[in-house]
Amino acid sequence: MFVQIAKRLIMMLPLLLGITLISFVVIHLAPGEPTDLQTQLNPEVSSELRERLRAQYDLDKPLLVQYGKWLGRLVQLDFGESFVQDRRPVAEKIAERLPVTIMINLLSIGLILLIAVPLGVLSAVRRNSLFDRFTTVFVFIGFATPSFWLALLLMDFFGVRLGLFPIAGLKSLGHEYLSFGRQVGDVAHHLVLPVFVSAFGGLAGFSRYMRGNMLEVVRQDYILTARAKGLSERVVIYRHALHNALLPVITLLGLSVPGLIGGSVIFETIFAIPGMGKMFYDGVMMRDYPLIMGVLVIGAVLTLVGNLIADVAYAMADPRIRRR
Amino acid sequence: MIQLFYILLLGASLLSGCDRKPPATVESLAEAPSPAYGDTLLMGSIGEPSNLIPVLSSDSASSDINGLVYNGLLRYDKDLQLEGELAHTWEISPDNLTITFHLRKDVRWHDGQPFTADDVLFTYQLLIDPAVPTAYADRYLQVVKAEAPDPHTFRVTYGQPLASALISWMFPVHPRHLLKDQDVTRSPLVRAPVGTGPYRFVEWRSGEKVVLEANPDYFEKQPYIHRVVYRIIPDPSTMFLELRSGGLDYMGLTPLQYARQTDTLAFKRRFEKYRYLDFSYTYLGFNLRRPLFQDVRVRRALAHALNKQELVDGVLLGLGTEATGPYKPGTWPHNPDVRRYEYNPAEARRLLAEAGWHDTDGDGILDRDGRPFAFTIVTNQGNDTRTKSGEIIQRRLQEVGVSVKLRVIEWASFIKEFINPGDFDATILGWTITPDPDAYNVWHSSKTGVGELNFVGFKNAEVDKLLEEGRHTLDQQQRKRIYDRFQEILAEQQPYIFLYVPESLPVVANRFLGIEPAPAGIMHNFIHWYVPVDQQKYQR
Repeated sequence: MFVQIAKRLIMMLPLLLGITLISFVVIHLAPGEPTDLQTQLNPEVSSELRERLRAQYDLDKPLLVQYGKWLGRLVQLDFGESFVQDRRPVAEKIAERLPVTIMINLLSIGLILLIAVPLGVLSAVRRNSLFDRFTTVFVFIGFATPSFWLALLLMDFFGVRLGLFPIAGLKSLGHEYLSFGRQVGDVAHHLVLPVFVSAFGGLAGFSRYMRGNMLEVVRQDYILTARAKGLSERVVIYRHALHNALLPVITLLGLSVPGLIGGSVIFETIFAIPGMGKMFYDGVMMRDYPLIMGVLVIGAVLTLVGNLIADVAYAMADPRIRRR
Repeated sequence: MIQLFYILLLGASLLSGCDRKPPATVESLAEAPSPAYGDTLLMGSIGEPSNLIPVLSSDSASSDINGLVYNGLLRYDKDLQLEGELAHTWEISPDNLTITFHLRKDVRWHDGQPFTADDVLFTYQLLIDPAVPTAYADRYLQVVKAEAPDPHTFRVTYGQPLASALISWMFPVHPRHLLKDQDVTRSPLVRAPVGTGPYRFVEWRSGEKVVLEANPDYFEKQPYIHRVVYRIIPDPSTMFLELRSGGLDYMGLTPLQYARQTDTLAFKRRFEKYRYLDFSYTYLGFNLRRPLFQDVRVRRALAHALNKQELVDGVLLGLGTEATGPYKPGTWPHNPDVRRYEYNPAEARRLLAEAGWHDTDGDGILDRDGRPFAFTIVTNQGNDTRTKSGEIIQRRLQEVGVSVKLRVIEWASFIKEFINPGDFDATILGWTITPDPDAYNVWHSSKTGVGELNFVGFKNAEVDKLLEEGRHTLDQQQRKRIYDRFQEILAEQQPYIFLYVPESLPVVANRFLGIEPAPAGIMHNFIHWYVPVDQQKYQR
């Protein structure tokens, strides 16, 4: 098994190289350059100045040379410096935004699992009941609701009218003067609406998936056997069936590993949360190549690693896979 | 000089103005309790500042903050007249080539070091240093000699008289002792500035907020408001909800919010709204290299076909005014007596017929030599008012038999693919209006190259002459005559149809008193704003 993992890891390298090369070329193909925002349509900037700025960022060099330089730095785990005016190291900018994004995504995935798994199982067990139909409608409403719209409605109702929850951001004004316990409480208070909104839309996928798995499993022969043995319905469903129905969720979780670092622009913009989504979006708009590449590389690595982990975990959990 | 509208795209501009004082403020001033120190002002900012060293930044969020942290040698007073800031007086030599600034002696940097002429000289050197990635170098490259003969005198000499020379010294002065002999782009001051201004930098939490604190040693006086917090909230709707829930004290409203969502008693009890003309205008520019637009009668016809007031009412909900030229109504360069094109579809049709455009095949679209009168208007994504204007224009032109398509394109592609190479029929864009009227870069015939700002390709010998003269003339009356004539020609020629000047719509929590709306906006006397003791909301 370790040999297999090692093989998979080695195979990742050329794959990663290919991903970076394609991403690098594609971004540079998009019209516009990082210096544009500063120099285009600005009457105070002459063409010499424009060229000087381009040269400072190596933008006057051929694309392959730029890629080579970038790759050279990446090998030393250096993502380079952002091309926008703050010129900060990309790694620092990402590190600043990563914890918040991961925290919200973890909370929201946790909440989704917490609600969606029982919801899916119950819908499957009571297939076509009133409960099943009601949850179906409910989760699809969640799926179809635009998050920005829901967010604004909730902010207006809970934030402005009732004054129960803060509207935007993650910390209150006097946050730094609070005791540690209160600080945690403050952040939690701020997170209620965002986590709810982001989880609401994800319920449909997971609960439907769970319901489908469960329906698939209860049709299997071993469930029939279990029932034939005279086990109680409880034990049949929650021990024998649920166990197997949960297995594919591992794959799904493995696939959501890269999603942990990705945020949603709309969602982060609405709640004024300094997360990865907004940073990446701004980076693309300003053609901040090092930042874009940094985020893409991390995303690519996490995708590959996430797949690997999912496969390994699946193999550990399910003896049927291990054999093959 | 005119600067790009994209700054406005990034955020609500704070410093701009024309007097429309709401009577309520006058009353509150009259019965105002005595000023007191303390309290915090929470400001909403759409964008995160990029860099707090002014030579390196060009976005509005950074310049709003830098405006409180740094000082220039000069500044505009509330009526947009130049007055001394770090320089208490200045004199211009009789040949208009040399300016001598006499600097204040009582100024200290926020870290306690004294401010001297060396700092000014250093700032100038930063601006012209080829290694510094700054967008501001050009005007300072015209200086032939800069010197600091003693610690409180700074002198610059130009090769030829430059009308915008004085204005250029409004640029924030940088601290030499903290920035000399190092790469400024890597200086810690990028994220923790040290200036001489009324507010000191306290902290910057990325994506969250920037905190400033009153400078007790500020040379004019200690500001009353103790803290200013810029909260970064990228969405205008969220910002508005934050304002209503008490999480913000100041923001720039959108016309929709101003006109339709703030008319409740509850809102009026807690906030004071202000409105004054913004320093920007929006226009419809024609690509004059296209044969379609080379006939001036066609451009005039299109001007007659549009109803500017309808645009102001429909797009800005009445919160703006019709534009007639590139200057702001109510300021000295503006010439109100230029030719105007009233809304008159019949006249538009007559002019188009005169230019040879008739609807011969009866499809409702004019044609000439078998080709229909059809063109595309391009504009950039992310600016709702421009898109809406485009839609209204589309309909009005349809009525006179002109078929218009509207294309909205992401900013960088828009500039690179359409504007710079001159590959467009017509465009809706905007310029910011700076108080100095020099418009050489936008209208001179030498500026029609690829990537230059006269991208509509306007060429007029008299305008060229006027613009050259204008930027080297210092006498305001003489300049007024020059730019008046310049505006007349623009109005006759209609290379742009000047559409409208929008209004700035700031709103401030009404516990803040001492606000004095003026042509320069409301921020000009910020250090005199205060909250009476019994109304102060924040203790630290």
